[in-house]
Amino acid sequence: MSGFADYPKLDATSLADAIVSKRTSASAVVEAALARIAALDPRLSAFHTVLGDAARARARSLDEALAKGEPTGRLHGVPFALKSNMCVEGVETNCGSKILAGYRPPYTAPFVQRLLDEGAVLVGMTHMDEFAMGSSGENSAYAAARNPWDLARTPGGSSSGSCAAVAARFVPFSLGSDTGGSVRQPAALAGIVGFKPTYGRITRYGLVAFGSSLDQVSPFTRSSRDMELVMSVISGADEHDSTCLDLAPLEPERSDSVRGLRLGVPKEYFASGLDADVRREVEAAIGKLVELGATTVPIELPHTEYAIPTYYVVATAEASSNLARYDGIRYGPRKPGDGSLQGMIAATREAGFGPEVKRRILLGTYVLSSGYYDAWYVRALKVRRLIRNDFDRAFESVDLVVCPTSPTAAFKIGEKADDPVAMYLSDVMTVPTSLAGLPAVSVPCGFVSLEGKRLPVGLQIIGPSLADARVLRAARVFESATKHQAAIYSLEGAGA
Amino acid sequence: MSPTTSAPAIGVVSKKTGVRWIPVIGLEVHCQLKTETKLFCSCRYEFGASPNTLTCPVCTAQPGALPVLNREALALAVRVAGALGADVAARTKFDRKNYFYCDLPKGYQISQYDQPFCTGGGVTLASGKRVRLVRIHLEEDAGKAIHDRGDMTLVDLNRAGVPLIESVTHADMQTSDEAYEYLTALKEILQYVGASDCDMEKGSLRCDVNVSVHPEGEGWRTKVELKNLNSFKNVKDAIEHEIERQIEAYESGDKSKFPVQETRLYDATTQTTRTMRSKEDAHDYRYFPEPDLVPFHLDPAFVEKQRSMLPELPAARRARYQSQFGLSAYDAGVLTSSRALADFFETTVKLSGNPKESANWIANGVLANLSDPAITAKSVDELPFRAHDLAELIELVANQTIHNNVGRTVLRGMFESGKSPRQIVKEQGLEQVSDEGQLESWCREALVGKDKVIADVKAGKTKAVAALMGPVMKASKGSANPQKVQEILLRIIQTEL
Repeated sequence: MSGFADYPKLDATSLADAIVSKRTSASAVVEAALARIAALDPRLSAFHTVLGDAARARARSLDEALAKGEPTGRLHGVPFALKSNMCVEGVETNCGSKILAGYRPPYTAPFVQRLLDEGAVLVGMTHMDEFAMGSSGENSAYAAARNPWDLARTPGGSSSGSCAAVAARFVPFSLGSDTGGSVRQPAALAGIVGFKPTYGRITRYGLVAFGSSLDQVSPFTRSSRDMELVMSVISGADEHDSTCLDLAPLEPERSDSVRGLRLGVPKEYFASGLDADVRREVEAAIGKLVELGATTVPIELPHTEYAIPTYYVVATAEASSNLARYDGIRYGPRKPGDGSLQGMIAATREAGFGPEVKRRILLGTYVLSSGYYDAWYVRALKVRRLIRNDFDRAFESVDLVVCPTSPTAAFKIGEKADDPVAMYLSDVMTVPTSLAGLPAVSVPCGFVSLEGKRLPVGLQIIGPSLADARVLRAARVFESATKHQAAIYSLEGAGA
Repeated sequence: MSPTTSAPAIGVVSKKTGVRWIPVIGLEVHCQLKTETKLFCSCRYEFGASPNTLTCPVCTAQPGALPVLNREALALAVRVAGALGADVAARTKFDRKNYFYCDLPKGYQISQYDQPFCTGGGVTLASGKRVRLVRIHLEEDAGKAIHDRGDMTLVDLNRAGVPLIESVTHADMQTSDEAYEYLTALKEILQYVGASDCDMEKGSLRCDVNVSVHPEGEGWRTKVELKNLNSFKNVKDAIEHEIERQIEAYESGDKSKFPVQETRLYDATTQTTRTMRSKEDAHDYRYFPEPDLVPFHLDPAFVEKQRSMLPELPAARRARYQSQFGLSAYDAGVLTSSRALADFFETTVKLSGNPKESANWIANGVLANLSDPAITAKSVDELPFRAHDLAELIELVANQTIHNNVGRTVLRGMFESGKSPRQIVKEQGLEQVSDEGQLESWCREALVGKDKVIADVKAGKTKAVAALMGPVMKASKGSANPQKVQEILLRIIQTEL
């Protein structure tokens, strides 16, 4: 290990402060990040691409700017990673798919540019389930990232690499994307903070589309204050995305208290299927919030059971259309097929897409087909509305909803790979919020023990539409009152 | 749907069977809107630009790129709706039309399915018949696939994302002439409101036709769609051919030959159609609401503002030219055939104060020159002079500074050099000469050796003097005031000779 020795211990806020106050330098921080990645990532498989030279050069120029007394950004010198479905000009964005192997976008996503403008340093692109379709990272065409708490287990998915990179302290923060839980579920399984904002808080321009009406850029951090910081940088209006809300960037709440907050506890999330140990940890966490001054209210979200089927109609319908552009004509590897246009497109897609992506394209094509459209797609939109109504009704009497993020702790790689429905069900607690477009965070709230390994558990805190700052305040208050965040798994000592 | 009128003489009487067949015709017309930028990105569009130079991440469908609606396109579309008397929906949305083709970069076209921005409206033909519109919707154009480069197909995405409005008529037309007239009227209107160039050669107007025929008094039969129609004349010819083909097919009595629901391609060289795809091959486009664009409400104030910006439309102008300026229906038609021409005419009238002469000089002089291959300018927009100059020319003729025929020469000079009429008259010495001394000397020259004429005039045949006019005009290069010349000639003959 070289560079700034304290690097793995600090969050983004502290790192930026250390650099700007010249206790260390951007170069030393970036060096530490790169050294840690080089030493440990061969076992983690978080990164597809590490941008060592570019990160070093950028750190040097940031150091020079600081030395000259130029104004510094809020993330001056802080390393970060991006999920491979985010566009940065000239950097391979393959979406975990062979069909985009070697694809280098001609433009940079505005949400990435906002981070760069605040002085953050991009160190690499991370592995993911192909086109964000999956809950374990195993659907990547390249590599399945590992969970630093137990290398035999998944860090969750689909933002597997971005999650593992933060959990393993390679970077203090990263960006993932959350369509049905792809950031919250991994955050829970790997013991870090993952936040899906209200739909429309962050521009989707430059995020490769999966389910357009559900996709949101969603950060991973190790502290809630970092989440507030990163959100205040990347959120806010953007003229390139018509679905991006015309709002100012998120402003963190000043309050340090949850006193008086009414927390809804939905009975449907504590039903069968929830692991008993996970339940115990989550209930203890809710008890802690009550100790801190919040009150709980039992609530019902009666349409919860329809969320997974609804999601797999809406998301696959949109995906079947969103993925039509991968035809081998303008970018990506091309297969000639029988030489005809249709043959070339078919052969390219046959070779380029993995089995889960094909399954979802078929599903989505089916539900949009003439004769099936009303029975599937239209009905799913109606149920989606009912699910949203459930939450609207609940938020008439509560300020936040608290529940588990995932029904189980991290599962083993290979455990659910052959059973798509079992895999789909691991998102049962995150999908309803996605369908409703609501803000929801997963914060570490305890541990369970499995086969001699300590595995993290996440508490999910859900807010009404646009109450992103309230959700993050609750997470911050909970975190500062508990010690879970301080628990760092010592990967260096891992005997995996 | 049913035809609005059914004049008794309509239809085609079969020579073979004596059956009167009634054609039923509907048109779908796509027009490119003349906006600064494309429908969902900020790329410009220009016909004939170097391939793939007018593109960006959005219109080439780079992963992660998203569409944003061009409000200018919406404003133009709303103006078109106003000009066609259509109703603009308070709420509208976009949908995705999914299919694979090499010129369709996203694998879907952003179009409008069940909530077009506008419904109803129509165009009234000269006969008074109304061709009603079902709907008008906004959508994006595809790129262009170029197949004639060896075994390669090349794709040019410059056109991808250019705004189109698709207007669909009811099947209200019964002859190819009505279809032709409808297209002409639609084109005029779209050009008038500045919405589209409507140039079929440049692809800014495209037309598909639906045709069926049935024996008079019976119900409608299977319709056939015709595509690949590259000019208004093609549309007319294709309809005529298709009507004939369908009648023959039915009259053969062989059910296997009866028209089926299909799309047929027109071949202009052979003037025939051939099957492109049958109903069974029809795409399932899997329309669904475009999740990247939120449904939007058209503010009534916005719609009203666009309507208030509408110019006077061709039919109204034609009527006014007849009543206000006393022009013939024919001249009024000629002068309103394009908005630019009509505007030019009205400015000339305003500046010259002379509607009749303005109409004459434009309908004859200006248009004749524009159609002359030797003249560079091909349309009113390209004139090298302004209405102000034409008004000046009209004034010069009216006050007899130059003769009418000289005026034509001057106009030609204006086309060739762009110089003002006064300048041309001055430079070429074309001003009518009324100076007695000068005229007298030309007259005396002309009289030399013309004893026969002199004798005739002296004998009372004053008209014989006409034979001397030519030489005088020639000597003066046309600038002599003919009335004065005649007076002088008569005076000299009668008093001096």
